[in-house]
Amino acid sequence: MTGIDSPEEARARLEETGYLVDDGLAVACFLALRLHRPVFCEGDAGVGKTALAGALAEVLGAPLIRLQCHEGIDASQALYDWDFPRQLLHLRAAEAAGVTDADRLERELYDRRFLLARPLLRALQTQPSVLLVDEIDRADDEFEAFLLEVLSEFQVTVPELGTLRAEVPPVVVLTSNRTREVHDALKRRCLYHWFDHPGFARELAIVRRRLPGVSARLAEQVTALVQALRAEDLLKPPGVAETLDWVRALDALGADEAGAELAMATLGSVLKYREDTDRARGLDFAAILAGRGAGTG
Amino acid sequence: MTGDGPPLGGDAVLLGFARALRAAGLAVSAERVHAFLRAADALRPEVRADLYWAGRLTLCGDRDDLERYERVFGACFGPGPGGEPPRTARPAPPPRPRVAVREAPAGARGRGGADRPPGPPVASLASSAEVLRHRDVAGLDPAERAQVRRLLAAFALRGQARRSARRRPARRGEFDARRTVRELLRRGGEPAPPRLHARTERPRRVVLLVDVSGSMAPYADALLRFAHAAVRGRRTEVFTVGTRLTRVTRELSHRDADLAMAAVSEAVPDWRGGTRLGVLLREFLDRYGQRGTARGAVVVLLSDGWERGDPRLLAAQMRRLHRLAHRVVWANPRKARPGYAPLAAGMAAALPSVDAFVEGHSVAALERLAAVVRGADSGAGTGTGAGAGAGGAKGRERA
Repeated sequence: MTGIDSPEEARARLEETGYLVDDGLAVACFLALRLHRPVFCEGDAGVGKTALAGALAEVLGAPLIRLQCHEGIDASQALYDWDFPRQLLHLRAAEAAGVTDADRLERELYDRRFLLARPLLRALQTQPSVLLVDEIDRADDEFEAFLLEVLSEFQVTVPELGTLRAEVPPVVVLTSNRTREVHDALKRRCLYHWFDHPGFARELAIVRRRLPGVSARLAEQVTALVQALRAEDLLKPPGVAETLDWVRALDALGADEAGAELAMATLGSVLKYREDTDRARGLDFAAILAGRGAGTG
Repeated sequence: MTGDGPPLGGDAVLLGFARALRAAGLAVSAERVHAFLRAADALRPEVRADLYWAGRLTLCGDRDDLERYERVFGACFGPGPGGEPPRTARPAPPPRPRVAVREAPAGARGRGGADRPPGPPVASLASSAEVLRHRDVAGLDPAERAQVRRLLAAFALRGQARRSARRRPARRGEFDARRTVRELLRRGGEPAPPRLHARTERPRRVVLLVDVSGSMAPYADALLRFAHAAVRGRRTEVFTVGTRLTRVTRELSHRDADLAMAAVSEAVPDWRGGTRLGVLLREFLDRYGQRGTARGAVVVLLSDGWERGDPRLLAAQMRRLHRLAHRVVWANPRKARPGYAPLAAGMAAALPSVDAFVEGHSVAALERLAAVVRGADSGAGTGTGAGAGAGGAKGRERA
């Protein structure tokens, strides 16, 4: 359906959207499309797990349907619900019009038009579509088991309507921050990919691709600084998302390059803990910038 | 999901690889192998990089699996395609001494119970369960130990209750529009009494950090069995600390206690080493705690607080933990010793960030610990021991 016949093609198509992938992720995306398997993404915050779903949606020209998990989420929030007020209104209207055929009325009440499709059902009914199940580790075990059923069969049974099946299964991306062990039964049905922080070259390429209007030198310097920060022992090492934020912040200030002072002043866009900021202040930004500047001329 | 991949020439090789992975400790189920074969079939199985990724994506299920996968792949097919090797490259676990009976490192303590050997059985004629409940588990003979194990197996650790986002039908509470209207529908539009619902309560997550270093050796077995019983409460995570941090929740989920203990001793590489509480606590917070494991949870440290490293680091990490967790409980088996004072550098550094400081040396003490975790007994570190003053840390320190 997508004309993606190899991992290389998957990579090329994703890169067109500005999302750069490494070998493993290219293979994962290709297999997800070919074998209709969900991709299970784990890794630190800000490494592009959620962005992957957006990029896939763009590649496929499909809507992105997002299900944000939280504690206590249940089937009626994730799958479907009946629009009770409208059903009641319908009932009243029928009564006022003098309809006496009870059977027909009942059938009408549980018509599709009164069915409120929540993200999972919407993903099954939309073809093609990309379904993002975000932060699955926040949901409870019961919800995981329920999700397992939906994702392995790609169908849902509504008692009043029967079984609704996806003709083309949606492309599914699950993300987890590892706050809790996700059950192995769910992971078994997925392709598991661990997201690492990118190296300098790839991160620079991502920045250049995502923020084409920014000066090359600024992108390079900020990337070097972030890489240096990641090597430090921080509470929350910055992700690619923070790198982009930092570049945007400096660019908004009209900077063509990141002077040590300016970088120090905008640290708040990368580091979100006081302890981390303190530690970063101890670093010699000028030396890092100079080292990178000399390296690339 | 049916297999449509015809068997390919290299199937035997791939199956052999899967078997090697299983031997290396990966949970390679038949279903995963099936997925692996299909994935390899969709790719070019003769290309090593493709084979590498096909296996890694389908046969691994956890970050901790990646390092072992890397190793087995290297052994079977030569080095991987230079993808990013996982950063937590652990060296192979060193062989573990099992029954090295050794008292705590003499240099580290200097005071307290050092001169008191774990008391020999005094009046052991009547070793009824009631007496055993109060005995220090460090000084038990094998028969008593077995009985204590049975006592420990009866534990269920429940976290303190907190309000959940979920609502349940209830007699009093807020108006439940959805169920009321559904009821109206059922009656064909006739009026019906309003339905109400209220928020449910759920137990908080409990995180146990069990010290398995040398000085805790007499207690490690009992504490881990306690943890095993606690894990059946489902919302409990268990880690061991010593020279390394190891997550053992999965190992402890074996229903059979002895099997679980065997799995844990297999997984924990650092029995009876020194203690680096500060470093390991930081690792715990970085890798798990801050992301949510410790957030809003009841965190219990089962340790004697002998810290080999810098107590300032421990103090800083304890403050961090205290900010994340709902309650921090410290159970110290040595606290019950007469004349105990929390003067070990680590313990003293940690206490300001501890909400409840309790004993942890006997079944009765662990029962009390369970009550504290449940929130039933909020009396922090009361009763015996000189640590009560510092331990009743009601004046929570906020940084």
